[in-house]
Amino acid sequence: MSLEKFINQAVSSWMSDDGPDSDIVLSSRIRFARNLDEYNFPTLFTNGEAEAVIGTIMERAQKTALGFGKLELVKMDGIPPLQKRVLVEKHLISPHLAENALHGAVLLSKNEEISIMINEEDHIRIQCLFPGFQLSEALEAANKIDDWLEEDVNYAFDDKFGYLTSCPTNTGTGIRASVMMHLPGLVLTQQMNRIVPAINQLGLVVRGIYGEGSEALGNIFQISNQITLGKSEEDIVEDLKSVVSQIISQERSAREALAKTSNIQLEDRVFRSYGTLANSRIIETKEAARCLSDLRLGIDMGFIENISKSILNELMILTQPGFLQQYAGGPLRPNERDIRRAALIRERLKMETKEESGG
Amino acid sequence: MICQECNQRPATLHFTNFSNGEKTEMHLCEKCAQEKGEMFMMNNGPAFSINSLLAGLLNMEPAFPQKNEAFQTEQVLQCPQCSMTFPQFVKVGRFGCATCYDAFREQLAPIVRRLHSGNSVHNGKIPKRIGGGLHLRKQIDDLKQTLKDLISQEEFEKAAETRDHIRELERKLSAGQEGGE
Ligand SMILES: [Zn+2]
Ligand SMILES: [Zn+2]
Repeated sequence: MSLEKFINQAVSSWMSDDGPDSDIVLSSRIRFARNLDEYNFPTLFTNGEAEAVIGTIMERAQKTALGFGKLELVKMDGIPPLQKRVLVEKHLISPHLAENALHGAVLLSKNEEISIMINEEDHIRIQCLFPGFQLSEALEAANKIDDWLEEDVNYAFDDKFGYLTSCPTNTGTGIRASVMMHLPGLVLTQQMNRIVPAINQLGLVVRGIYGEGSEALGNIFQISNQITLGKSEEDIVEDLKSVVSQIISQERSAREALAKTSNIQLEDRVFRSYGTLANSRIIETKEAARCLSDLRLGIDMGFIENISKSILNELMILTQPGFLQQYAGGPLRPNERDIRRAALIRERLKMETKEESGG
Repeated sequence: MICQECNQRPATLHFTNFSNGEKTEMHLCEKCAQEKGEMFMMNNGPAFSINSLLAGLLNMEPAFPQKNEAFQTEQVLQCPQCSMTFPQFVKVGRFGCATCYDAFREQLAPIVRRLHSGNSVHNGKIPKRIGGGLHLRKQIDDLKQTLKDLISQEEFEKAAETRDHIRELERKLSAGQEGGE
């Protein structure tokens, strides 16, 4: 398969489309946790109950009158492990659904903005993943899907505790609202150590979504709400939005400060990383992520003009082990992945310059 | 609620004891529960660990072994629907079913409050169908009270009207629950 075709098939709308403030906010996500009243939770349900849950949702999906097009059902025991890994890398399903779920399944919309996980930790996990800073839009979509599902099913709900979820950390609204932010300016000016505790104090969680522990590969951070009970969905989303807006303006001023105080150093850094990406024959995840972050910063700050902005989103996803192996058509050892990764990035950058000269 | 042993400290541990078909409740502070626990342990051998008593809210274990044959009692909270016990819930951190919330309601309040910055009551979306049901149920309860009052006041004509109204609402409620329109 040509790389172009592979990428076209692999890329979801949240990776390639432009959204508001997408120079900093890569994507916005809303997730609702729901359970059906009549079955035990996935914590200890039987095979029969698990099948019944899938059946109930399928029945609902077949009567589609939902404004998001046809939803496709993918059963976890019906696809090879590599394909599951790819879905995880695209953030369409959770690692838990891929690895542990008994009778797990997912309903996906064509553009992959909507995924409904079935039999994850809860019977139903509705997820809306939009490009850029579109939390309210994602919330609206999630509500629509929620109402549509609810027309046919009885949710587990309690007057006082709200939506009843497997884990008490989701009880109430069952909502997890999150954004993925690219914050190289705040990292380079060493402000993240100060900002993260401040965000935590507001009841929000900050973590790197690539890499382990406190390390954030590619300067990409996920910020999400922690509490789900006692506040309305709208308030939870508004509170997150106001913090995200503040971080956006701080990141912008950090970038301005960098441009003023060390423009040539920054430009040098960007072009060195560009050079590495365009020429290396072996590249590890960590180095690739750092260089991609630099390249994207260079594009956002105008040092580099003929490369599309979506390159960071796309390549952060496409250079992960699952995708590399899918592109290679089989399993790869780690050192082989590093070679593949370098090749894929070089090819992808060539596509950009071809488009430029061709069009 | 005050601890029923010392009558001083607030009761943070609550136990329901079913013995010979009779239900008794015990509300203890941590200190008294620990003392009671030690007493039980001396009588029954090392059936459970005292330390687990004090291991914080989320690691809260009941002060008594699950099955205490010497006393022929069952003193552990258990969900009647999925059979998950409260200690099991604490251990895995996941509920077994929706009914668990009801079964552990009292014990959950402090846990939930701690997880959600002091909040313990849902303030968000209500499912339309269930929401409608809740609304109807409340209306029915109110009308039933009115009906009682009317009967005691011997206002039989109005009472009959109210009774018909209640029946109508109950039909609506059950239709809603069966998934009709
Ligand atoms: Zn006491
Ligand atoms: Zn239960």
